[in-house]
Amino acid sequence: MTLFEQFPILMVVVPMFVAPLLAIVPSRGHLPWSIATITNAVIFFIAVSLTQQVLVDGTIFYELGNWPVPFGIGLMISPFSALMLLIITGASLVALLVGYDSMPSEVGAEHQSLLYSCWLLALTGLIGIAISGDAFNIFVFMEISSLAAYVMVANGPNRRALTASFNYLVTGTTGATMYLIGVGYLYMMTGSLNLMDISERLADISDTLPVMIAGGFLVVGLALKAALFPMHAWMPNTYQFAPTPVTIFFAACSTKVALFVMMRFEFVVLLPNLGEPAYFLSSLLIPLCVAAFLVGSAVAIFERNLKRMLGYSSVAQIGYIVLAISLASSAGMTAAILHFFNHALIKAALFTAVAAMLLRYGSDNIDSLAGVGRRMPLTSFAFVIAGLSLIGVPLTAGFISKWYLIQAVLEEPGLGILLTVLILVSSLMAVVYIWKVVEVAYLKAPAGQKLDEIKREEAPALILIVLWALVIANVWFGIDPSLPLALANMEVVELLGVGR
Amino acid sequence: MSDATLILTAIAIPLVGALVIALNGKNQNRRDTLMVASAVLVFLTVLSLLPSVLAGNRPEALLFFIMPGLPISFAIEPLGMLFGLVASGLWVVTSIYGIGYMRGAHEKHQTRFFACFSIAIFAALGVAFAENMFTLFIFYEVLSLSTYPLVAHKGNEEAKRGARIYLGLLLGTSIGFLLPAMLVTWFMAGTLDFMPGGILQDNVSRSIGAVLLILYMYGIGKAALMPFHRWLPSAMVAPTPVSALLHAVAVVKAGVFTVLKVSIYIFGLDYLQSLWSADLIMWIAAFTLLAASVVAIQKNNLKARLAYSTVSQLSYIVLGAMLASQLAIMGGSLNIVMHAFGKITLFFCAGAIYVAAHKSDISEMDGLGRKMPLTFFAFLLGALSVIGAPPLGGFWSKWNLMLGAVQAHHAIMIAVLLISTLLNMAYLLPPVIRAFLLSPPKDDGHHSDEGTSLRRFGLAEAPLFCLIPLLFTASGTVVLFFYAPAVLGLIEMIFTGGAQ
Repeated sequence: MTLFEQFPILMVVVPMFVAPLLAIVPSRGHLPWSIATITNAVIFFIAVSLTQQVLVDGTIFYELGNWPVPFGIGLMISPFSALMLLIITGASLVALLVGYDSMPSEVGAEHQSLLYSCWLLALTGLIGIAISGDAFNIFVFMEISSLAAYVMVANGPNRRALTASFNYLVTGTTGATMYLIGVGYLYMMTGSLNLMDISERLADISDTLPVMIAGGFLVVGLALKAALFPMHAWMPNTYQFAPTPVTIFFAACSTKVALFVMMRFEFVVLLPNLGEPAYFLSSLLIPLCVAAFLVGSAVAIFERNLKRMLGYSSVAQIGYIVLAISLASSAGMTAAILHFFNHALIKAALFTAVAAMLLRYGSDNIDSLAGVGRRMPLTSFAFVIAGLSLIGVPLTAGFISKWYLIQAVLEEPGLGILLTVLILVSSLMAVVYIWKVVEVAYLKAPAGQKLDEIKREEAPALILIVLWALVIANVWFGIDPSLPLALANMEVVELLGVGR
Repeated sequence: MSDATLILTAIAIPLVGALVIALNGKNQNRRDTLMVASAVLVFLTVLSLLPSVLAGNRPEALLFFIMPGLPISFAIEPLGMLFGLVASGLWVVTSIYGIGYMRGAHEKHQTRFFACFSIAIFAALGVAFAENMFTLFIFYEVLSLSTYPLVAHKGNEEAKRGARIYLGLLLGTSIGFLLPAMLVTWFMAGTLDFMPGGILQDNVSRSIGAVLLILYMYGIGKAALMPFHRWLPSAMVAPTPVSALLHAVAVVKAGVFTVLKVSIYIFGLDYLQSLWSADLIMWIAAFTLLAASVVAIQKNNLKARLAYSTVSQLSYIVLGAMLASQLAIMGGSLNIVMHAFGKITLFFCAGAIYVAAHKSDISEMDGLGRKMPLTFFAFLLGALSVIGAPPLGGFWSKWNLMLGAVQAHHAIMIAVLLISTLLNMAYLLPPVIRAFLLSPPKDDGHHSDEGTSLRRFGLAEAPLFCLIPLLFTASGTVVLFFYAPAVLGLIEMIFTGGAQ
C-alpha cells in the first residue's frame, strides 16, 4: 500500500502524535508555534489532495487495519467531509499564522507550548468527527476536541475567560451527554454503531418509540453543541474571552462540526427511515432558527464589543444553516453546505481583522477603535469587504449562500415567502451592525485628535497577507463558487439521489 | 473593435480611471487632466456603439456565469444606449465643472472624491448596459456603495447623518424589496433576462404579479417614490458636483431607468396594464410629484428645493412607466434626457453661486443676477426646461407624457401634470426673479476672492471651469428642443425592435 492510500488516517494520526510531543517542547521562542504550524500545513495539503481525489472518484471508504466494517472501524470521506476537512485545516492554519504575532500578546510565554499542544488535539478531534463513519467514534473525537477547546479558551488574557470556559464546559458536556444517550438508544435497538449500518438496520424498526427518543436526544444534544438559539449563551462569551487566534479557529469551524454531525444523522440515519416523524422533528427546528437569526442580529446591533458582536452574528448565521438543514430538501442541503464553507471564509476574515486591530489598539471595544480606518487602512478595508460578504452583497461569497438559501426556502409552499422576508430583515440588521463599525472606523476621530493627524500603523505583514488572502477568497468564491458547489451537489446526489 | 469589446472597454475605463486617479493624488493637475481624458474616452467609446444600435442591433458581451443560467452580461438596447450616452456625456462636463468647484470651494480629499466619482460612473454604465436583472442589481448596489463616501464627504455630523439615511434607505429598499422580487421572479420564471414583451406573463398569476410590481417599484429606491424619497434631500449635504451629476443624473436616473427596464422587459406593457397595482403605483407617483412640488416651494435652501424638484420629476417617469402605453413610455424615457440636462444646469448654477458668492439660501440671492448674469440666465433656461416650456427640451417629454395618458385612458393625469407645471413655475422662477429684479441688500460686504477675468466688467461670476460647463448644458436644453425627434426615434426602437 502506498502512502497516498493512507491519507485518510494520516489526517488524524499526524496531529494526534505531534500534540504530546509539543507538550514537552520548551515553551520559549517560536519553536512550539513552528511545530504546530508545520504540522497543520502538512495536513492541510493532505486535505487538499483528498479533496481532489473525492472530486474525481466520489466518497472514499477506508477501513482501519483492513478490518471490514461493521466489525472494524471505518472512515468515510464523503464530498461534504472533504469540504469540512478543507474548512477545518484551512481555518486552523489561518488562525495559527495570525497567532504568530497575536498569540504572544495575549497568552503568557510559559503557556505557549501547552496551548499549541491542545490546539493540535482540538484539530485532531474536529478532523476525526469529519471523517468518522461511526457514531461512537464521533463521540470520542467530540470529547477530545471539546476538552482541548476548554483549555484553549481558558487561556484568554482576561480572567473572565475562566468563567467563559466553565460555561462552555457545562454546556458542551451536557450536549455531549445527550448525544451519547441518543447513540445508546440507537445501539440498543440496532446493535450497531456504524452510521450506514444503523441506517440499514433501522428500516424495520423505524417507528418504535426508542428510535424516536434517540432522534430527539441527538438533535437537542447537537443543537447545544452547535449553539442553536436558545442554547447559544456560551458562544458569544467564548468568542469574546478566548485568545483571538483561538476565536478565529473556533468561529470558522467548531460549531459547524456539530452541525455536520447533525446533518449526517438527519440525512443518513433518520430521514430515510423515519419518514414523517423525522420531517416533523426537523420542522420543529424552524422557529428556533428564525429566532436565532432575528435575535442574534438584533443583539449584535447593540453590542459594543467587536468580538462579542461577531459572536452574536454567528448565532444568527447558525440559524441560517440549521434552517437550511431543517427544510430537509436537496436544495436546503446544498444551501447549508455552501454556507458552511462561505461562513467560515467570512468569519475567519472578520476575526483576523479584529485580531490585527486588537494587536494595535489593545482593545476590541468598538468605541475605542475610532479612526482605525486611517491608522490601519488595509485592515479596515478588508473588514469592510468581509462585512459586505456577511451582509450578502452580490459578488461576495455571502451572496451565493443567501441566494441558495432563499431559493431553498421558497420551495416551501406558504411558509416560503414569510421566511424569505425574515431572512432579508435579518440581513438588513447585519447592514446596521457592520455599518456601525464602518462609521467608527472611518468617520469618527479619536478623542483629542483629528482624523488627518492619525499616523499610519498597519498590522504585521503576516497578518495582512493572511487577511487579504481570505478577503480575496471571499470575492473569488462569490464570483466562481464552483468548488463548494460541486462538492455540495455530489453530496446531495449521493445521499438523496436527485430531489427529495 | 468588436461591439463586445467596446462595451467592456466603456465599462472598464472609469474603473481603471478610478485607479489612475487614486495613484496620481500627489500631482493635482496631472490627476485632473487624466480624469477629464478618461471621461472623454468613455463618452467616445459609448458613442461609437450608437451606430450599431441605430442599425437595429443589440450588441452583447458576456462576462462570466456566476451560477448556472445567471451570467454577468451586457446587452445594449435603445433605452440603455440613451442612458449610457447621457451619463457618460454629462460626466465629461461634470468632471470639468468638478475641477473648478472643488478647487474654488477648497474642498479636502479631492483624490478620494474623484476616484469614487469614477467608480460611480462605472456602476451607472453597468446599470445602463446590463443584460439581465441580476447584473443590473449588482451595479445598482455598487452605485449605492460608491456614492456613500461622496455624500459623507464633508465628514461632519450633518454629512454623516445624511449619508446614513442615504445608504440606509437605498440599501434597505434594495435588499428588502428588490432582492426578494428578483428571487421570486427567478424562482417562478426561471430567468432574469430582459426580454422584449416581458418574462412574467406566462409564469406568474396576476395576483402575484401585482405584488411583485409593488416590490419592484419600492425596491428601486433610487426612483424616490414616496415615502422612500428621504434619501435624496439627505444626499444634498454632498459637494455640488455630486448633487449635479449623481443626484440629478446618474443615480436617480439609474433608478427610473431601472423602473422603465423592469416595466418594459420584465413585466411587458400588456401584462403591466392588466395589474391592479399598476394603477396604485400610478396614483402614488401622481401624489409624489404633486407633494414633492409643494414641499419644494417651502424650501429656502436652493439645493434642497432642487432635490424635491428632482423627486417630483422622477415620478413623472414612474408615472409614464405605469401608464404603460407606448407614448407614455416614450415621454418617460425622453424625460431621462431632458430632465438630466435641465437639472444638471440648475445644480451647476447653485454650485457656481456657492463658489462665487458663498450663498446657498434663496432669500439671500436678491440682486445677485447683476453680478452673475450668465449664471442666472443659464438658471432661467434650466428652470424653463424643467417646467416644460417651449422652445426648451423639457417641453417634449411632458407633451409625450400627456399624449400617453390619453392613449392609456387616464386623461385625468393630464390635469395632474398641468398642476405640477404650475407648481414647477412657483418654485423654480422665484430665485431668478429675486436675482434680477430685486435690489441687492445694502450690507452685502462680501467680495469674492476667486473671481475670474470677467471681474473687470463689474461681474463676479464663478471660475471659468464652473461657468463654461453650465453654459454648455444650458444651451443643451435649447438644442434638445430641436433634436428631440432624433432622440424619440432612438427610443421608438424599443417597440419597433429591429433584430433581436
